[in-house]
This record gives sequence, C-alpha cells and structure tokens, in this order.
Amino acid sequence: MKAYLGIDIGSISTKGVVIDGDNNILAKEYLWTEGDPTGAVKRLLKALERQLVGKDVDIVSVGTTGSARKLIGVMTGASVVKNEITAHAIGTTTIHPDVNTIFEIGGQDSKIIIIENGFVVDYAMNTLCAAGTGSFLSSQAHRLGVSVEDFGEIALTSKKPTNIAARCTVFAESDLVHKAQIGHKKEDIIAGLCKAVVTNYLNNIGKGKKIKAPIVFQGGVSKNVGVKKAFEDEVGSEVIVDENGHLMGAFGVAVLAKRSGKENPFSFDVADIEFKTRGFECGKCANHCEIICVYKEDELIDSWGNKCDNGAVKVKR
Amino acid sequence: MDRKDIIVCFPHIGNYAYAFRYLMEKGFGVSYLIPPPITKKTLEIGSKYSPDYVCVPFKYCLGTYIEALALGANCLAQIYGECRLEYYGELQERLLRDMGYEFEFFNMAEIKWTSPKSIMKNLKIVNPDVSIAKVVAAAPTTIKIIEALDKFEDFIRRNVGFEVNNGEFDRTYNEFLAQLAKADDGKTVKKLIKDCWGALNAIKVDKPEHTIKVGFVGDYYTVQEPFSNHFMEKELAKFGMEVYRQMNFSCTIIHNQNKRKRDYAKDYVKFDIGATANSTIAEAIEFARSGCDGVIQVKSFGCMPENDAMPILQRVSEDLNIPILHFSFDSQTSETGVRTRLEAFYDMIEVRKSSERRKAV
Repeated sequence: MKAYLGIDIGSISTKGVVIDGDNNILAKEYLWTEGDPTGAVKRLLKALERQLVGKDVDIVSVGTTGSARKLIGVMTGASVVKNEITAHAIGTTTIHPDVNTIFEIGGQDSKIIIIENGFVVDYAMNTLCAAGTGSFLSSQAHRLGVSVEDFGEIALTSKKPTNIAARCTVFAESDLVHKAQIGHKKEDIIAGLCKAVVTNYLNNIGKGKKIKAPIVFQGGVSKNVGVKKAFEDEVGSEVIVDENGHLMGAFGVAVLAKRSGKENPFSFDVADIEFKTRGFECGKCANHCEIICVYKEDELIDSWGNKCDNGAVKVKR
Repeated sequence: MDRKDIIVCFPHIGNYAYAFRYLMEKGFGVSYLIPPPITKKTLEIGSKYSPDYVCVPFKYCLGTYIEALALGANCLAQIYGECRLEYYGELQERLLRDMGYEFEFFNMAEIKWTSPKSIMKNLKIVNPDVSIAKVVAAAPTTIKIIEALDKFEDFIRRNVGFEVNNGEFDRTYNEFLAQLAKADDGKTVKKLIKDCWGALNAIKVDKPEHTIKVGFVGDYYTVQEPFSNHFMEKELAKFGMEVYRQMNFSCTIIHNQNKRKRDYAKDYVKFDIGATANSTIAEAIEFARSGCDGVIQVKSFGCMPENDAMPILQRVSEDLNIPILHFSFDSQTSETGVRTRLEAFYDMIEVRKSSERRKAV
C-alpha cells in the first residue's frame, strides 16, 4: 500500500504522521526536538517504523514543515517542503472542510488563519513578542508550582478569574506575583492567566481579523482546557479542539506530499545514516553570512545561508 | 578648509548615492564619498551607539556615518521629515561629536526654507564658496539620474522574477551604477541612461500570462532601502511575483503626489496622520484597485505613523478584498520568520487566484 510521510519539526517539538491514500493516519508520533532536529527526526522515524511493523506500507513521498523543514527536507529527500502556515491550513481543511478560523498557539509562536470556502484568505503570526505562547504558560505554571498539564483543569474550578495584565509577558508576570501576594486564590490566578493569554492573542494576532465559527484551536496550548474555555467565553461560540490537533502541520504536509504526485523512494534506513551540519562564517564581505553545509556520511549534499554568490558553496551533483 | 578637501557623505538609501554624488561634485564643487554597501556590520555599529528604542533607520544612518568617517568623509548630511526623522540629524550629530569625531554637519532640518539667508547659511556648511549658479546648473542632471534610477528599478522589480538567465538584470544594472559613479557631465549621464534602458529592455524574460502582482508600501526608509527590509523585493521576485512600488524620490521629492494620494485615500483618512502613513494607505488602495493580488507593508518597529496606518489598512483589506501582510523590522529580525511568512503569503495568493480563475471560466 502506498503511504505518505509528513514531518513537522518545530523549535520545541517534532511531529510525524504516516497517512494512506485516503488520508487515514497509519502511524503518528510526537516528541521533543531538544535543540537537535536531525537527532529528533531519527528518533521519530524509528518510532514510526515500529508502529508500522507487519503492515504492508511503502512510503512513496515525504513532506516536511516547521522551522527546520529545509534541513530535514534534504535529509529525507522530501518532495514537498512547505511553511507551517500552509501546512496547518491544508491539514485542518482536510479534516474539517467547513472550518472558517484556525487559532494556533504553539511553544514559541502563535498564529491565526482565516479560511473561506476551504481557501486561506488571511493570516497573521506573532512577530516580535512571545507573550501568550506555550513557553510563557509553562514558566508561569512552574512559578505557581503546578504542572502545565494540570493547569487547564485547575482553571476550570475557578469561579472568579483574577484580572491579569495581558499586554506584555513582563507586566503579566509582575501582576501575577502581586496578585498572589495580596491573597488571590491560586485557581483564580490560573484562570486569569488563561484569560490573559486569550485576550493577548485576540488583541494582537486576531486584531482586525474576521473571526467566524466553526473555529478550530490547535497547537500545544490547545490541550489546555482552561484556555479553550476562555476562548469560548470571549468569542461566544464553540471552539473545536481536535484529538490530533497538535499533529495538524505534519498531517497537512503529508497530504501535500500526496497531492504533489511526486514520488521519491524513501526508506526508514535514513535514521541510521549519519547526517552532519557544519556552520562557518563567510569572510568574503562584511555581511559575515552564516553558511550551513549539510553532509551525508561526510559527503556535502547541500548548503545555504549565503546572501550573495561570493559565499556559495558548490555541491557536486 | 580648502574646498577640494571637503568630502561629503549622505546616509545610504537605495541607490540615490549616485545622484547625491553628481549634485555634490558638479553642483557644490566638493568631493562625495559613495559609502560602502550596508552590511550587518553597519547595523551593528549603528545599534551600538544609538538609543535602543529609536527606530531602526536611525541606526542604519548612524552606522553609515561611522563607516564613512573612517573612510575619510568630513561633511555629513541628514534630511528632515514629519516624524522622528526631524530629530535624527540633531541627535546623530551630537552622538558623533561625543564620540570624538570632527566633521561638518549639513542638517536640512535646520534650514528655514522661506528664508534665503537661512538657506545660504546652511549650504555654506557644505562649501563656504558655494556657487548657487553651479548648483542650479547641476540640478537637471541630478533629477534625471534620480528619475532614471526609479524608472529602472521599477522595471527590474516587475521583471527580474522572470529573467531567463539568472542574474542578468543585476549585472546590467550594477554595471550602469559603476559607470554612473564616474560620469562627469550631463551628456555622458544621458548616454549612460539611454544605453542602460536599452540593455534592460533587451534582457530575455519569460513572463506567463497570469502573474502574481504585489504592491510594496511602508515607511520612507524601510521600503526604499533593500537591506533594511531583508531584500524583500528580491525574495518576492524569486517566487515569480511582479513587485510594484510607488514610494521613491521621483514620486515624493520631484513630483509631489500628495493631492492624488489624498484623493485615493479620502474615504479612509480625512487629515494628515503623519510622515508616510497617508501615502501608505493611498498606495495600498491604488494597488488594490489596479489589479494587485496582495499588498505588503514594511515598517521599522515602533514607527508611529505606520502603526497608525495599520488598522486603516485592515479596513482597506476587508473592503477591497485584498490580503495585506505587515512586517516590522528591528535590528534583529529572524530571516527564517520572514521567509515563512512570505512563503505562506505566496501560497495564499496563488490559491486565491487560481480559484478565482476557475470561477471565472
């Protein structure tokens, strides 16, 4: 049976999905990137391979997305290398064809995608600030001595969420400390934080966007029921959280690999091949471009990072 | 100071150094230093000595000054504007003096344009023996150079994405600039312009029937200085898009288009909201009405007028059904992030366009 592999390599987590020709998920995996995208992908491939043991599956095309998409695309011989905005939109519209709005809050970034009749018509992504993203929530959970997994459940027990300044992480944090010290209950503060994340999101990313139901909420933070509820209260309609919501980028790029019609032989053996990257600073002008060379078993297979031809590293093909 | 020893330098913005050079050398009778291209190093030096919260064009200008001083420039110049730009010169002069540099500073914000006395006094900073007759005589060729730079770059923006032989436009244009840096009279300049225009038009392009057209708007510096917007026009062209831009010296300093722009934007802004904000809005509207598929607004982080334009642009986007993407640049901006957003923008327009075409059939 022909199958398609999608890999989403984010800054925090790496996701992989194998689908068949009818978009059924045959295998899926989610693990931490730990600052080592090639290592994470090797672990990911091993895990996916184990899930497929005994099944007659032949991966004919690979797609990659996420911030390390280019590197992993070279490593896996991907036929599609796509940005995560497009990948998420394709993945979500495949599962929820009638979706109009996608909220996505991940570890380091957040985005909103507006869809009309199955097509992306508008989107926005946070630019300079990580306020209201997953890493902010987990550091605040740590400060309050609760695990981030329990955060949402605790928030739901609050009857009167505390008001927390939402504009900026630094202000939010000092506000939170202050409210805790003057005696606000922990569950109220936690619920307040969830609200602050939502207010921040809608005021920044969501500003000026036409938010219409059905709304799908994705990314790591979507697993937080407190934030989901805060969203529903704020926009006044149901917010759908998919069981596979965190895999949507990987799923979307697998769908794109399938649609591309390009077939490149792929074998799980790549997980055993040694890939190395070497970065060096080009000294040919004052731009000092950081050039990355990718080696497969000591053979140079690709390079990038140069702003001009002076820094181009020639690859023998 | 002997006037032959005066070496003037303006901060970099696009390729206008070639026009400044002509005006300074032929009109003011002084030498001009075409500063080296902006690099990461320029921005680093500029940021190091600038207030942290100032908008990033200030840092580029300061970095260029410091590099130019090291190369022997001894008379720096700064323009004026309706925003923080008005204070750039005063503050930059002070910062550089505090660092111990010695130089003349020609700050156009100091000039009272209604007073001939004030104009003369300031022009004499550049050259104490300045001859107005010579400046006036050099003006027409200077204007010709500016208009040619703008016309050529407009043409390149619309075609470079489709060139058959990679790099041909850049090579032709850079060759022209190198010649221009040596041209000493109006006749030579005229011939260079004519030849370059011919050469640009002779470059083979392979343009499909339906291309994606994008309008490029934003604050005066960020939209015009390619380094400060991560060479976005080039990146867009690489996707096979035609890029349109109105903001340049021809459309602002030489042929003021405020009235036309006011008319375009009259349903959205009733008064002047500062600096380039009104033209950003007007241009976005004009691009939308004239068949562009998307608009990109670039601005320096913290640019007030452009920030004020944003909510209005969101209305424009909704009313005229055109996607508008916003970018804020500071001294550190992730290249990957810019790339991801541009890619998604391209995908979005591409899908929108092909679905519209399918509907039309």
